[in-house]
Amino acid sequence: MIALAFRLLAREWRAGEMRVVLLAVALAVASLTAVRYFADRVEQALGHEANTLLAADLALVSDHPPDPEFARAAAARGLRVTRTTTFLSMVLAGERNLLTGIKAVEPGYPLRGDLRTAPTLFAADAPARGVPPPGQVWVDSRLISGLGVRPGDSVEVGNIRLRIAAILTFEGERGGNFMALAPRLLLNDADLARTGLVQPGSRVVYRLLVAGGVTENRARVAAFQAWAKPRLARGEKLEDVRDARPELRQILDRAQRYLGLAALMTVLLAAAATQLALRRYVQRQFDQFALLRCFGASQRRLFGLYLLQLGGLGLLAGALGSGLGWLAQAGMVHLLGDAIRLGLPPPSLLPPLLGLATGMLLVLAFSLPALSRLARVPALRVLRRDLGAPPAGALIAQVAGLGVVAGLLFWQAGEVRLGLIVGGGILALMLAAALAIQLLLWPLPWLAQRLPTGMRLGLLNLRRRRWETTLQAMALSLGLLALLLLTLVRGDLFESWRGQAAAGAPNRFVINIQPEQVDAVRAYLTGQRVADVTLYPMARARLTRIGARAANPDDYENERAKHLIEREFNLSSMDRLPPDNQVVAGVWSSRDGISVEAGIAQTLGIKLGDELVFDAGGLPLSGRVNSLRKVEWDSFRVNFFIVVPPDALAALPQSFITSFYLPKQRGAVLAGLVSAFPNVTVIDVEQVMSQLRGLLDRVSAAVQLIFLFSLAVGVLVLLAALYARRDERAREIGLWRTLGASRRRVMLALATEFTALGLLAGGLASGAAAGVAWLLAERVFELPHTPDPAIWLAGLGGGWLLVTGAGLLVSLKLLREAPMISLRRE
Amino acid sequence: MRIDIENLGKSVQIGQETLTILADVSFSVNSGETVAIVGSSGSGKSTLLGLIAGLDIPSVGQVRLDGVALSDLDEDGRAALRGRSMGFVFQSFQLLPGLTALENVMLPLELAGRKDAVEVAGEHLARVGLSARARHRPTQLSGGEQQRVALARAFAVSPRILLADEPTGNLDAHTGAQIIQLMFELNRARGASLIIVTHDVALASRCGRQIHLDGGRVVAAAETP
Repeated sequence: MIALAFRLLAREWRAGEMRVVLLAVALAVASLTAVRYFADRVEQALGHEANTLLAADLALVSDHPPDPEFARAAAARGLRVTRTTTFLSMVLAGERNLLTGIKAVEPGYPLRGDLRTAPTLFAADAPARGVPPPGQVWVDSRLISGLGVRPGDSVEVGNIRLRIAAILTFEGERGGNFMALAPRLLLNDADLARTGLVQPGSRVVYRLLVAGGVTENRARVAAFQAWAKPRLARGEKLEDVRDARPELRQILDRAQRYLGLAALMTVLLAAAATQLALRRYVQRQFDQFALLRCFGASQRRLFGLYLLQLGGLGLLAGALGSGLGWLAQAGMVHLLGDAIRLGLPPPSLLPPLLGLATGMLLVLAFSLPALSRLARVPALRVLRRDLGAPPAGALIAQVAGLGVVAGLLFWQAGEVRLGLIVGGGILALMLAAALAIQLLLWPLPWLAQRLPTGMRLGLLNLRRRRWETTLQAMALSLGLLALLLLTLVRGDLFESWRGQAAAGAPNRFVINIQPEQVDAVRAYLTGQRVADVTLYPMARARLTRIGARAANPDDYENERAKHLIEREFNLSSMDRLPPDNQVVAGVWSSRDGISVEAGIAQTLGIKLGDELVFDAGGLPLSGRVNSLRKVEWDSFRVNFFIVVPPDALAALPQSFITSFYLPKQRGAVLAGLVSAFPNVTVIDVEQVMSQLRGLLDRVSAAVQLIFLFSLAVGVLVLLAALYARRDERAREIGLWRTLGASRRRVMLALATEFTALGLLAGGLASGAAAGVAWLLAERVFELPHTPDPAIWLAGLGGGWLLVTGAGLLVSLKLLREAPMISLRRE
Repeated sequence: MRIDIENLGKSVQIGQETLTILADVSFSVNSGETVAIVGSSGSGKSTLLGLIAGLDIPSVGQVRLDGVALSDLDEDGRAALRGRSMGFVFQSFQLLPGLTALENVMLPLELAGRKDAVEVAGEHLARVGLSARARHRPTQLSGGEQQRVALARAFAVSPRILLADEPTGNLDAHTGAQIIQLMFELNRARGASLIIVTHDVALASRCGRQIHLDGGRVVAAAETP
């Protein structure tokens, strides 16, 4: 039977029918595997890139020197290892001293990313080679201004004097954590013991940094992580980039959601394209099936025969699609060129296997309803073609296709919520489309009577085939929805996302501004044409009581919660909330009550109405929680976990903080500021910002390429939907011409039909796209959403243009065909 | 309407070879006359009918309708002529499956821009005895019923020439006989010229004249006794 099945398949191939099915399924699989291949590699590369900010792939962080067994185990797995020791201590230069964050590093640090240094303050920087040699240190600009020293001078670090060799301008590991306020001093680990600063009881953070080879090897790192996790002692924890950087975690999560969305759209479009192609193919098989039954083949045997044929076709399409997918992703990587600077790791074997399985699944699941119809073709059809095709197949066969799509949907989404939202959106569109199309078709005959003959024919054609029109409009609106989601909605979401870390976001922070300096600092900055300068008061205080209970770190399981209770909060007050703050519960008032960031409130179990008590160096501050706020931390603006009334804050010792954007070339403004106000500290986050912007640009380039691919499949669905009725339309045009219709009249009828169909599908797709955009923005990506009227314009205009253009293009050849040939078509 | 066929020929190129389907066919059909074109399969009967209808273009020769050469008209001109003057009945009925019986009959009327398409189509369906089946689609009708719908469609535009290609080819003898009876009755009432391509000897014998084709050539033409 297998041999027969493949012989039949080969004949079908020669006949040309299978080629159409093969192309549709292969393209579908190609898009799926290209997304998988590429997403797989991009995700690995993104992880790699993000790891440069962690300086490693994984860090073991502890408050005591970690067991050397961890380093040995990592090295034994072929991983690179280095250690850092970080603590706060006074650094002295002559009469002046400054509390400084000191970090001792071993050669090899950082394992991922670069350090950057400059020879003098505010001079151009460059990537550093290695780490400071023994006897030398690299310090940041804050230490230079704070101690009034210059490169070449020496500073006292504990028991020894070390020479300043360079200005440290960028330190990836610390980059994102710019609110760590202490200046930085980097020294060689070989000098650490001689400083005598690390003693039993010292508050020191030890990091064992671990990374794979130059091209990242996630499997080994993951194996080490799995091995180390159960062996962690108290005070030890493992950090990967997700734990280390909340703002980066948000970027990576969103990137993954975008990729998931692209893959999800591809699944749906692939399913639609497959369905349309197979429907046409199977409809053409009724005669052959009847003939084989006539020759004595049992229903069961024929069912098996066709199942084998289609399974073989699916396998072939899967293999071809996987190959195409590989080529496509290789092309995309080539196009990306230097955009992904670190180089993509090689693709894994999983995507081609998934491609093969997907090809088989798509073909078989979508051919089941048609096969169940084929199985019921009477042998008599051989003699009586007018018997027509059997009615639609069993419910279970109909559901099979939907089941496979649903399965692929959730698998591709990798996230139930995203899958449900997009899947639900599509399903809602289908139902709404069916209902809306039926309603909209109702008055067409009335309208048709008032139009010229050609247009009347076109409209009546739609109305008379209302169920076919409904199906076709649904397929078209799915294609159009994909195009809208992948162009306008994607663009809107992308802009909102990128806008949060866009050029022009604050890149300099100034802290330690004393209350009496506020006016002078503001005047200086305004005089230097620095825009958007707002100074916020800030006081440090420890949270001591939440409602009736004392705030005790031991009451919390969560390490972050323990840490938050142990540390001091920066409290502030303000007249109005900044735009990147959104009250999500309660009512904010600047005059009374305390506002808490929603995330921290959840971590610490703080609720609306709770009374919070703070201790600011012996001075108490208390108030009830009046509101919870959601804060866009990746906006890089000054933000606070806790906002209290100005009167309460005025009673505490306070300093001021501000942030603003200053182009890199205007470094002299900062030098002037430090010179005029020696006590203030300038924090330069330009490097971090440009690093994050670079990351976003790379992600957007990669994601947009994947979206482009889905877009191509969307166009394929549109064409498949128009091709689905091509045979019938050929006969129809032939008959119209035979019965006396001129080409112009036929053209007018077709143009009217396609115009109405395009507007119908475009309108429905626009409505659904607007709904899905709102859902995605509000519920999935958590971005502000403004309805975009362009969606409607593009949906209706694009629907009309695409459907009419493509429809006429598909029908043009039929129009040129002699009516005799059209009538002889089977 | 008088039909003059002069030295008509049709050949097609298949690869390097030229296949002659029809050669040197000449005859005339007077207004109201009934003519049967008979011959074995592949003798060129249907091709001849297609050329007379202007559905295809001859390689050589002319078809004239009331003195107007079809080859002098462009494709749209021929279509307009068909719409004004011709009715068609096909072996495979050529009903559009998406349309109801009534809508299929309305089609040529709508193409002619007639506002009364529904009424006229309804009348013609009634004449072929299918008023009750007006809302049915072709797949819900028997072969005989489908051919009756096709007859109603053919006569709906009051053609001056009716061209029928094996009108009973897909029907059993009894149904075929009924259809033939109906077709001749309707034609008599209209006074149209009737050209029928058929294998059916009984059908051919009901026509006033028979033209025998073989290998694409006219081998005999005679009045029916």
